[in-house]
Amino acid sequence: LEVTRTQLMNGVYLTYLPARKFKTSLLSAQFVTPLRQETAGAYALLPAVLRRGTVTYPDMGSLAARLDKLYGARIDYTIRKKGENQCVGFVASMIDDSFTPGKERLLEPVANLLGELICDPATERGRFVNAYFDTEKTNLMDAIRSLINDKRDYADSRLLWEMCAGEPYGISRLGDEKSVEKLQLRKLYGQYGQLIATARLELIYSGSAPRERVEQAFRSALATLPRDSVAEIAKARPHVPREETLMVTDELDVTQGKLGMGFSCSSDDSIALLMGNTLFGGSSNSKLFMNVREKLSLCYYASSLYHRQKNLITVSSGIEFENYQKAYDEILAQLTAVQNGDLEDWEMESARSTLLNAYASMGDSQGKLENFYLGQAATGQTGTPEELAQQVREMAEDRIFNAMKTVKLDTVYFLRGKEAAE
Amino acid sequence: MKQSFYERIGESVYREKLPNGLQIYVVPKPGFTKSYAFFATRYGGMDTRFCLNGKWLDTPAGIAHYLEHKMFDTKDGNALQDLAKNGAEPNAFTANAMTGYYFDSTSHFEENLKILLSFVSVPYFTEESVAKEQGIIGQEIRMIEDNPDWQLYTRMLQALYQNSTARTSIAGTVESISHITADTLYDCHKAFYTPSNMVLTVVGNIKPERVVEIAQRVLPDEGGPVIPRDYGTEPDAVMEKETRLAMEVASPQFLTGFKCRPVADGEEYMRTSIIGDMACDILLGDSSPLYQRLYDQGLINTSFGGSFEMLPGVAYLYAGGDSKDSRAVKEEIQKEALRLVKEGIDEEFYQRIKKASFGANLRGLNSFENIAVSLSEGYFHGYDPLRFPQVFDSITREDVEMFLRDNIAEERSVLSEIVPKEA
Repeated sequence: LEVTRTQLMNGVYLTYLPARKFKTSLLSAQFVTPLRQETAGAYALLPAVLRRGTVTYPDMGSLAARLDKLYGARIDYTIRKKGENQCVGFVASMIDDSFTPGKERLLEPVANLLGELICDPATERGRFVNAYFDTEKTNLMDAIRSLINDKRDYADSRLLWEMCAGEPYGISRLGDEKSVEKLQLRKLYGQYGQLIATARLELIYSGSAPRERVEQAFRSALATLPRDSVAEIAKARPHVPREETLMVTDELDVTQGKLGMGFSCSSDDSIALLMGNTLFGGSSNSKLFMNVREKLSLCYYASSLYHRQKNLITVSSGIEFENYQKAYDEILAQLTAVQNGDLEDWEMESARSTLLNAYASMGDSQGKLENFYLGQAATGQTGTPEELAQQVREMAEDRIFNAMKTVKLDTVYFLRGKEAAE
Repeated sequence: MKQSFYERIGESVYREKLPNGLQIYVVPKPGFTKSYAFFATRYGGMDTRFCLNGKWLDTPAGIAHYLEHKMFDTKDGNALQDLAKNGAEPNAFTANAMTGYYFDSTSHFEENLKILLSFVSVPYFTEESVAKEQGIIGQEIRMIEDNPDWQLYTRMLQALYQNSTARTSIAGTVESISHITADTLYDCHKAFYTPSNMVLTVVGNIKPERVVEIAQRVLPDEGGPVIPRDYGTEPDAVMEKETRLAMEVASPQFLTGFKCRPVADGEEYMRTSIIGDMACDILLGDSSPLYQRLYDQGLINTSFGGSFEMLPGVAYLYAGGDSKDSRAVKEEIQKEALRLVKEGIDEEFYQRIKKASFGANLRGLNSFENIAVSLSEGYFHGYDPLRFPQVFDSITREDVEMFLRDNIAEERSVLSEIVPKEA
């Protein structure tokens, strides 16, 4: 059984991930479109409005009843950023046919429901139902405003927005409050037509059904999908490194400070940077964890993330306000240590094993597989987890240090308390 | 080892109880690459007052969690590093009534299992290493104190309960943890980290006999005494009806809680837990009439949801999310419960919720962690969680109606709110 990616229709691709071991099957349908300030909010709103009802199941009640009867099948709308593309659509999952008491088939009815949500939304006067539009618009604005509720997420997002201001990567996957507020029902319906006709559609399936059956189910479910000339997806542009570090500070009434640091990477050896980042702050055995947390007791969390699809590294930590300088200095000192290859044997071994373990176990989670293969498809990459693991296995240490030497501090974000302000 | 096969869900479990009292479960998972080990003690944030060697001890709030952090220290360094070399990233959590240590790995599983069993069973603390942890956990506490979800939930429990230690924050406070010393940590380890108070679950393709052999080799031969605990005597009445806190949030959020009748351990415990979950879905789940109505009125959004929880000596149903009028939502929930009790639950609606709940339980078996945690909880409370299809068969519409009648009432309810800080 092998992973395949085939074209089903013009601009419609199916990634087929066969597996018999799960209790469930997963179906995903994702429109991939370049992330732009003008459209991000509208495209984020669309799946939420579509999820409210179809021609056959015109409201949440009838949709929910339908899903309950399919043994608690789930269809959730998703809005994700992959590189400089925005991916919007639905992820459905249902129990595998072999566990339904009468061996009822669930793939076809769930695929059909997914197809209906996309192609046959509930409408009135040739547009989306006004009440659905209004409620979901309010909900989206609330969601955008509520980002501030989780201070860790908020600080991580603020860092990226500042660091990548002016680049698509600095646009929020949900769009911004102002443009969402301006959205109008009539225009949104037009944008919907545009999106489903011209955006690339990535379909992903994981489960026990043979490929032919999955293809047939999707073809039939999407029979009325309009297809026009399909637009190109965006290729992520490299971040333009700053000459002078940008320093940003916010003040809120909080008890813990958040220090975020963004780094540009000019090497394009992404697997070496991934390894380097794992050494730096990508695991609970990394330099940041062992030193900033364990040795100096400065924080509960201090970790780093390599943004493979944009070639950046960001550091996230929560600290006492007055420990700002100590934490800042230590984080940079640990980066220097990785750049100079100043590490013990077990650290290299552990970083390698951590990544290999992550790649090897990816196939054990349908959610992780879906997210990984969507990311690959949306950024025009083809590697499988096994191929990436092979590269990690063969990675020479020098390659890691050389790639990490191109990592340079670009933007610093600090969220501090109001009392701490002088 | 005794093997049971659960035909309706396609799982099997090997069971063994060692002479030292340790319960072992091994759940094979054909086709999966990783294996997962979970080593848990029946000891958590609620267990602050207990009797050791005939003497009642009062320990600081947050000590079980503090102990969890310190267990990773070993005489030779830190267990994290030993496991990391094999690609296993271990982790742990402390809940109200359980502390669990776990890892998953795709190679060197047996070696990793030995390390796990060893670092959890052999304590090594010094005054210096205990003091150093104050900074780390202090920051963890600061982090959750800034988290509105945590504040809502903790304050709801504190409103619901007068005496039960369910109201004690699992992490404690910066002040309470400052009283923790190496000696108190040793006492708690000695009381609760004995094989007879613990359970080991392995999920994955490991020979069950090997798991037993390794556990026998690494762990002590002797179990430990039963440790009496005092969770506090809880009256029926709630502590306070409403609690409200202003924070840096965008919009108001709430949780409403209902103090439910606790149930003794055994299969009835599991049955009540499923009835409570179904009552929650029927009353306010996203396919309930109430949910649709409140959503259409703009009183709730997709953040709205609820759950039913059971802890030693207490049980509660709660629900909440963002809302501009939380009092109205709370009132509607209570009115809907009254209506359901009076008019009865629609039979067709009941049947489809039952179908959906079965699907949700089956779905949970994809997660190794979920299987291991369920088996451990089942062991501590005397039931077998994998018998859920049979338990579903035994539940009727009347059971759910009775649950709603007995538990969802104004005098049993509290409201916890977070509101935005005035600029």
